[in-house]
Amino acid sequence: MSKNITETEKLDNTTLGFWLYLMTDIMIFASLFAVYMVLVNATAGGPSASELYDANFALLQTVILLTSSFTCGISALMLRHGKKIASMWLLAITAILGGAFLALEITEFTKLVAEGHSWQASGFLSAFFTLVGTHGLHITVGLVWAVSLLVYMYKTKQNADMLRKVGLFALFWHFLDIVWIFLFTIVYLFGVAS
Amino acid sequence: MELLSQLLGRMSLEYLPTEPATIGAAVGMPLGAIGVAVALTYFKKWRWLWNNWLTSLDAKKIGIMYIVVALLMLVRGLFDAMMLRLQTAVAVGDTQGPFDVDTFQQVFTAHGTIMIFFVAMGLMFGLINVVMPLMIGARDMAFPWLNSVSFWLFVAGMILNNVALIFGGFSPGGWLGYPPLTGLEYNPGPGVDYWIWSLQIAGLGSLFSGINFIVTILKKRARGMTMMKMPIFPWSVLVTSVLIALAFPILTVTLALLSLDRLMGMHFFTSDMGGNPMMYINLIWAWGHPEVYILVLPAFGIFSEVVPTFARKALFGYKTMVAALVAIMFFSFIVWQHHFFTMGAGANVNAFFGIMTMVIAIPTGVKIFNWLFTMYKGKIRFDAPMIWFLAFVVTFTLGGVTGVMMAVPALDFQVHNSLFLVAHFHNTIIGGVVFGFLAGITYWFPKLFGFRLIDKLGRWSAYLWQIGFILAFMPLYILGLMGAVRRLDHYADPTWQPFFIVSGIGVLVIMAGTFMLISQIALSVWKRKELVDTTGDPWNGRTLEWSVPSPAPHYNFASTVEVTKRDDWWYAKQAKKQLSPPPPSAYKDIWLPKNSASGLLIGIGTGLFGFAAIWHMWWLLVVALVFIVAVIIRRTYNTDDEYMISAEELMKEDAAVYKRRHV
Repeated sequence: MSKNITETEKLDNTTLGFWLYLMTDIMIFASLFAVYMVLVNATAGGPSASELYDANFALLQTVILLTSSFTCGISALMLRHGKKIASMWLLAITAILGGAFLALEITEFTKLVAEGHSWQASGFLSAFFTLVGTHGLHITVGLVWAVSLLVYMYKTKQNADMLRKVGLFALFWHFLDIVWIFLFTIVYLFGVAS
Repeated sequence: MELLSQLLGRMSLEYLPTEPATIGAAVGMPLGAIGVAVALTYFKKWRWLWNNWLTSLDAKKIGIMYIVVALLMLVRGLFDAMMLRLQTAVAVGDTQGPFDVDTFQQVFTAHGTIMIFFVAMGLMFGLINVVMPLMIGARDMAFPWLNSVSFWLFVAGMILNNVALIFGGFSPGGWLGYPPLTGLEYNPGPGVDYWIWSLQIAGLGSLFSGINFIVTILKKRARGMTMMKMPIFPWSVLVTSVLIALAFPILTVTLALLSLDRLMGMHFFTSDMGGNPMMYINLIWAWGHPEVYILVLPAFGIFSEVVPTFARKALFGYKTMVAALVAIMFFSFIVWQHHFFTMGAGANVNAFFGIMTMVIAIPTGVKIFNWLFTMYKGKIRFDAPMIWFLAFVVTFTLGGVTGVMMAVPALDFQVHNSLFLVAHFHNTIIGGVVFGFLAGITYWFPKLFGFRLIDKLGRWSAYLWQIGFILAFMPLYILGLMGAVRRLDHYADPTWQPFFIVSGIGVLVIMAGTFMLISQIALSVWKRKELVDTTGDPWNGRTLEWSVPSPAPHYNFASTVEVTKRDDWWYAKQAKKQLSPPPPSAYKDIWLPKNSASGLLIGIGTGLFGFAAIWHMWWLLVVALVFIVAVIIRRTYNTDDEYMISAEELMKEDAAVYKRRHV
């Protein structure tokens, strides 16, 4: 068995393993969504979802995150075509957009807390901050990952393993995008409509 | 002073133990650790320990370490059990027991937590690591490094659990820690946090293991081994791993939410401000019920290997075995509400979950009958693993029957949270899980160490466990029906006392059984020269792990394995194929993972992270987190993580093996 064969085998295995990890992460978000749905009306006399959310703000976040998912996909494609530098630029743009998304989320959180609607105010707000914050935490992990990937890509010549690493990151980033679509719909759109 | 409180969080001297029992443990455990360290230094074994064990990525080594930790924890959990039964044997009427209420509560919490998370789970992961790759003809796990991370997370959780005894005290909230009792309002101290972080960290390790096992089974089977030619044990591991991957994230979320309630003043499970404690009960059992099957399915898998080997007959109903496993996987997710029929969900909901609970008994019954039919007309040998199996059939079936009784909501209202329930789940967990794993250890021990265990002592151990079990738990059924609730530290009715005393004697007999087990291992090590296994196939086995020499070489298989049918090794032996080595073309260069200390480092970092969260030492929390991230990133940059064994080398070693078979 040559080193090359183990390399493709490794690629297969890690990709399957990563998909399984994403499945477990779906279970995490599913549990948090369930908790949110149970607690959404447990406002303890405080403001409800429709009074707190700004759908336009969340729409802006959605556009930014979807764009970053697009640049991320192109970045992986570029690397597959052997264009490492272009891939790195697109990955950097992805990270910057992710950072912008995170900044907006932090702005929203700070505003809510400043108005007296912190996570301690009610069961509903605990669930809101935890569900949205868990997604934000994943984005943060993604940013650390993207930066360390960029350093690695800068230092290393293109190889099969690099393709694997960027591919896994792209999977992760698209996954966060999909979770956000659900967040946007179930938390923000349903919340404003209620 | 300000700086000191920044540094130490909420630590203070008042958290040092004051109870004689806990002081004893608090002094004894560090002394034991120091003793081991001194011995290692004296015999100059540190380097050996580091290179051969702690940093090893070999699944067999990791598996053995799991089993060692789990057996140590078994002893601790049994001592806890003894304390509980000592209390209830004495504390009646005006007599007070030796332990105060708070200590008693901590002891039963520790007993449950340790037995499930660090004994049953530990033995399970240990045995899976040890034999699953061998059984499917693989060289290692799909992710050897992740495997080592899983193990060290398990160890970190185990250490946090035990540190609680030395400093700070443990949770008094029961093994599943129901809020609001475990919330900030009623339990502000560090005990519940110890419980949360110990389980959270060990649980993450389990989650990674689950993913690892699934990929290993799906991707690394030997050529020709289709899913339906795979032995039942790997099948049970696959099903269990799917359950782990689906259920453990729910545990992670539940513990995280409880922790957020406690650390950040949130209101998920508080009884005010919109919190909903019953949601916790639903969430924890949505994990908890699958967990029961996560534990018992691998034990079923082990018996599905043990029975055919010792009956010298192919497993009866292979396909129905697989179907039963998959059915149990499905049903285990829709029975969780039977743990709280009394919650008030209404007659229809209770009826649904009651019926589902009865339905899940059917595939389990199918398995029992399949094993019995495998024995029918077989040439049965009654070695120790088979004795464990016979004890299992009796005990587990009884536990299953009382389980079906409690599946009837109307009956459950009478015995809910009584000692009847305690007797029931010990009946299934000791009878199913513990007997299964002890059978597995006895069965595969020669494969790991190259010598057998003394069979007679193993049989005695099984008999003692079985007798001890009956003495310890049959009285609890009666007490439960008489109205004794679980977690009782003191009672008024003196007619209960004889039952509690018998139960206490039962625990002592189980202790004797455990002593027999430990002396079995110790004596066998002493007499290993006489017990040596030269053939690699001491039981005349059927599956691939018996086709390699004992102890199994670190690369598992010298030549590429090819399988044509179920129980391939058995049929190869019928055709005398085991006597002539494969052609030279079957040997290829292979790549194996190099040792790595980063799993151990991640374990240390995570343990410190948990410790910091328990004591509110925020600086340490940040330091630990940065450390963990740094170790992970450094590992991903490492490309030189494998070494090669050449085909010639493998052929030479294998030739020696085949030569020995002719003698």
